[in-house]
Amino acid sequence: MTVRIRVIPCLDVADGRVVKGVNFVDLKDAGDPVEQARAYDEAGADELCFLDISATHEGRGTLLDIVRRTAEVCFMPVTVGGGVASVEDARALLLAGADKVAVNSAAVKWPEVVAEIAEKFGSQCIVASVDARRVVPTTGEKAPKWEIFTHGGRRPTGIDAVEHAVRMAELGAGELLVTSMDGDGTKAGYDLELTRTIADAVSIPVIASGGVGTLAHLVDGVREGHASAVLAASIFHFGEHSISDAHKALRDAGLPARGL
Amino acid sequence: MANRVALIDYGAGNLHSVHNALNAVGADVKVTADPEIVRKADRIVLPGVGSFKACAHGLEGVPGMVDALTERAEMGGAPFLGICVGMQLLASRGLEHGATPGLGWIPGEVRLIIPSDPAIKVPHMGWNDVAIMPHARGHPVVEEGEAYFLHSYHFAAEDPHHIAAMTDHGEGLVASVVRGNILGVQFHPEKSQAYGLETLARFLEWNP
Repeated sequence: MTVRIRVIPCLDVADGRVVKGVNFVDLKDAGDPVEQARAYDEAGADELCFLDISATHEGRGTLLDIVRRTAEVCFMPVTVGGGVASVEDARALLLAGADKVAVNSAAVKWPEVVAEIAEKFGSQCIVASVDARRVVPTTGEKAPKWEIFTHGGRRPTGIDAVEHAVRMAELGAGELLVTSMDGDGTKAGYDLELTRTIADAVSIPVIASGGVGTLAHLVDGVREGHASAVLAASIFHFGEHSISDAHKALRDAGLPARGL
Repeated sequence: MANRVALIDYGAGNLHSVHNALNAVGADVKVTADPEIVRKADRIVLPGVGSFKACAHGLEGVPGMVDALTERAEMGGAPFLGICVGMQLLASRGLEHGATPGLGWIPGEVRLIIPSDPAIKVPHMGWNDVAIMPHARGHPVVEEGEAYFLHSYHFAAEDPHHIAAMTDHGEGLVASVVRGNILGVQFHPEKSQAYGLETLARFLEWNP
């Protein structure tokens, strides 16, 4: 077989606590990100993603401690994103035990931060987030268009999402986390056209994100979206589907996945 | 038998992850940049992420370290495990960011993965097979399984007998090299859940 499609559960963390986290197992402290990470490690997740959505500086401070404690008990790759704006931010997270850092808004304002982090720590540890929304094409244009949005999908930037994605890859990102802000939370499936357009335009792996409601959506993300990895949150957190279910769905569709 | 593991600290990024994983399998680990500790160690682990050049320079930048490693592992026979770039450093040279000499313990060159099929993505990132070469079947440390890989450069070994295991990413890539007591794995045992921890546990028991 070849490299497996990665199934990546994503945990949103705010002020050191998980927001809308796992409840598929009995946890002593369901809000503790470390306990939740451990549950996913035991369930055979291929990687884990922590996304820090703390509103305050103090809240962010707790993230390093979470990463450190997670790295002591989890033996899978962990990506940490949210608020990474500099080489120093990346260094602190990597030293705490993150394997990769995801950069989003900072790379929109100042794309060179991606090149700086890649140069210091290697491309393998930098994930560039591409948070995009579909925009109405100019009259006469047939091809769909997407624009980069920041601030949780609320603020438009005028930057073309596909061009931005290609730029991130050129600057040395090791992979792209492509999130459809239109799809996020809808359970209607990934924006497959967006995922595919970007995946076909770059030579690095793409993680599909935003909108997963069923296992079939994961399969579509790979088959139609050409993604190398599929990220989801709620379908795993609420016990609708296990990581093994996701692996099996991919394998049943003829795609390489773990668990054989 | 004393089983002191020296985990070499030379600024490589995955030091703590490797340390955590070795602790989890009960190793007596000393994280060290001290050549004297390396000379007294029973086993040596060399981690490494980032570029070959940065890691090679980092290792050379620790005074006396390359000599101590050579004395204790290459000549002295202590079981040695190189992980990811720590494995690649065993090669004669690496080509990442310009040609840089490696330790040269296992002849070969570390080259960029250049896939013929554009659908094959680089870095090679994710879980993939560790497929044991016929001549290495029954190796006490490296076993068949699935492990986590993350690399853009691969170890092109000159002598096929030094290849313990392969993986497939559009083409065959070396997953593990071995020569006597010198072992290298391209994958990350510290990130490969049960398979990885079991590999590290077997390394602790290894008497080559």
